[in-house]
Amino acid sequence: MAEIVLDKVSKKYPDGALAVSEVDITIDDGEFLVLVGPSGCGKSTLLNMVAGLEDISAGELRIDGRRVNEKAPKDRDIAMVFQSYALYPHMTVRENMAFPLRLAKVDDRTVNSKVDEAAKILDLTAHLDRRPANLSGGQRQRVAMGRAIVRNPKAFLMDEPLSNLDAKLRGQMRTSVSKIQKQLGTTTLYVTHDQTEAMTLGDRVVVLRGGHVQQIGSPQFLYENPANLFVAGFIGSPSMNFVPATLENGTLRSPLGTVELTDRVRRLVEAADAPREVIAGVRPEHFEDAGLLDDSQKRGGSTFTAQVDVLESMGSEKYAHFTVEGEQATTSELAELAADSGSSDVPGGGSAIVTRLSSASSAREGQPLDVWFNADKVQLFDPSTGKNLTYSE
Amino acid sequence: MVMGGAVTSGRKIRWGLVDILVLVFALVPVLWVVSLSFKTKETLTDGNFIPQAWTFQNYADIFATTEFIRALVNSIGIAIIATVIAVVLGTMAAYAIARLDFPGKQILVGLSLLIAMFPQVSLVTPLFNIERQLGLFDTWPGLILPYITFALPLSIYTLSAFFREIPWELEKAAKMDGATPAQAFRKVIAPLAAPGVFTTAILVFILCWNDFLFAISLTSTEASRTVPAALSFFTGSSQFEDPTGTISAAAVVITIPIIVFVLIFQRRIVAGLTSGAVKG
Repeated sequence: MAEIVLDKVSKKYPDGALAVSEVDITIDDGEFLVLVGPSGCGKSTLLNMVAGLEDISAGELRIDGRRVNEKAPKDRDIAMVFQSYALYPHMTVRENMAFPLRLAKVDDRTVNSKVDEAAKILDLTAHLDRRPANLSGGQRQRVAMGRAIVRNPKAFLMDEPLSNLDAKLRGQMRTSVSKIQKQLGTTTLYVTHDQTEAMTLGDRVVVLRGGHVQQIGSPQFLYENPANLFVAGFIGSPSMNFVPATLENGTLRSPLGTVELTDRVRRLVEAADAPREVIAGVRPEHFEDAGLLDDSQKRGGSTFTAQVDVLESMGSEKYAHFTVEGEQATTSELAELAADSGSSDVPGGGSAIVTRLSSASSAREGQPLDVWFNADKVQLFDPSTGKNLTYSE
Repeated sequence: MVMGGAVTSGRKIRWGLVDILVLVFALVPVLWVVSLSFKTKETLTDGNFIPQAWTFQNYADIFATTEFIRALVNSIGIAIIATVIAVVLGTMAAYAIARLDFPGKQILVGLSLLIAMFPQVSLVTPLFNIERQLGLFDTWPGLILPYITFALPLSIYTLSAFFREIPWELEKAAKMDGATPAQAFRKVIAPLAAPGVFTTAILVFILCWNDFLFAISLTSTEASRTVPAALSFFTGSSQFEDPTGTISAAAVVITIPIIVFVLIFQRRIVAGLTSGAVKG
């Protein structure tokens, strides 16, 4: 168990590509920190540098206050779970899990008791004498976890350990990973591109983009107070809706209608010295079917009418998709997010809006609907820098 | 469904026929040699595929002379030594080629390919002269060295293909589990590469075992003459006797080690040993 400090850590490849740039992160003892970002953002490189599988070009990595930049992986006393599990196919499950202990020349009795203990935690006792080839994906994943936990390392590093599992199993394993980490209290650095995993697992989440840290904070904080357009678009599912908007005398004009800014938002915007043209972001849950609200509730926001393109009823709630007139909000951040999710390939004019409505909503596909949104929850972003103009600590 | 079934069985029959044709084509000459080796001198030329009169005399004859036994010892010794050296060096080189980026890697790969392509016959005369100067002519090293030269490209090529199949993450995992690079190689990579190593060993062994060109050119006495070369010196007990029977018997005998070799290691050459290491 240990504190891991990344102090201005950078990675520059021989061809000049900068994969990770001056990353400052402190992972507290026993903390579960999640590194999240789209593919190619440098998160795996960062993890490999902590592991010692890749050299650190600049900066310092400290584990328990001691500089470990030059240490080989085996001398750092950290365990890693790989995306592909990387089990040794010629060994049984027991030998796979015992491998780190055998290398450390631990005596047989201790090895067996530790492996049995880990197997019990991971529910693998029945499979100890089988080989990885005969195991299911979930079992293999647990063996990989077992290999990491048997030797009580200072920290766990996990490189997208759940991404090869099917959706249902992933959900279950997510819970058990979290449980095991809490149980053992081992410092954990977890890499994923899945924002749901990041939100549900992490004590704190680090959002990376192009090798730069965008924001560090608790999942809820990141969700409510994204530092910039990228974090706002990346965290949350379905993601935040963005429309181009104009700020004028305390009102916000956008394809979603014209709305008075609330005092809170106005103060923040003034403090941030906002430009006239901005990008407005509204979370899907901050919309509601206007027909379900009374007038006093409606006063805190604005109502617009649009035709429901698609309605997805989830039972407890309804997702209504709209297309609103006007230009689409475009910035490099949004383009990258769209490319990462693949939605850039989806054709269509105007801005697509996703709203989360109460299941009591009478919305029908193809029918127009009055939709209200909460003006106090609007987030405004600077189109040129992507900075959140309504950001508050 | 019926139609589909008919098509498949029709296809099966066609493929079966093709397979049988290939087998017959490949095996008839071998069986013929086996048949000749069991024929008596009188029935040797009777043209029957199955010997009319069976005899073990030919086998008894070849083992009665030191000529053949000595050649057999040479063959086994030279082929095994050359194989071991070529495979050990090839393993190291192939591992480096598959895993590491070093300056001149492409040149190394290109050169080894070049050596493999080089017509051996054009090298025989220079080698003959060099070996005579160095005193290597008609010695075991005199054959082992050229065999290694030509076996190395083969072993590097085969082995680097095998090494590329082994997921690199296994090595990273071993390092994370506390292994030194040497331990990672010995405990994780080497066991997984074993099928590749054995396959390569067999190929290299056969290459050395079957060589005739170098064996005939770089040897002059029983000191290092291998079986393929020795066969060409077989004579009957008199000048006028036809040695066909004994040559056939010797050919059968030297085929046996290869078959044994393949059978022993066949079990080790199991495809997909690495399955289960990574996803899928």
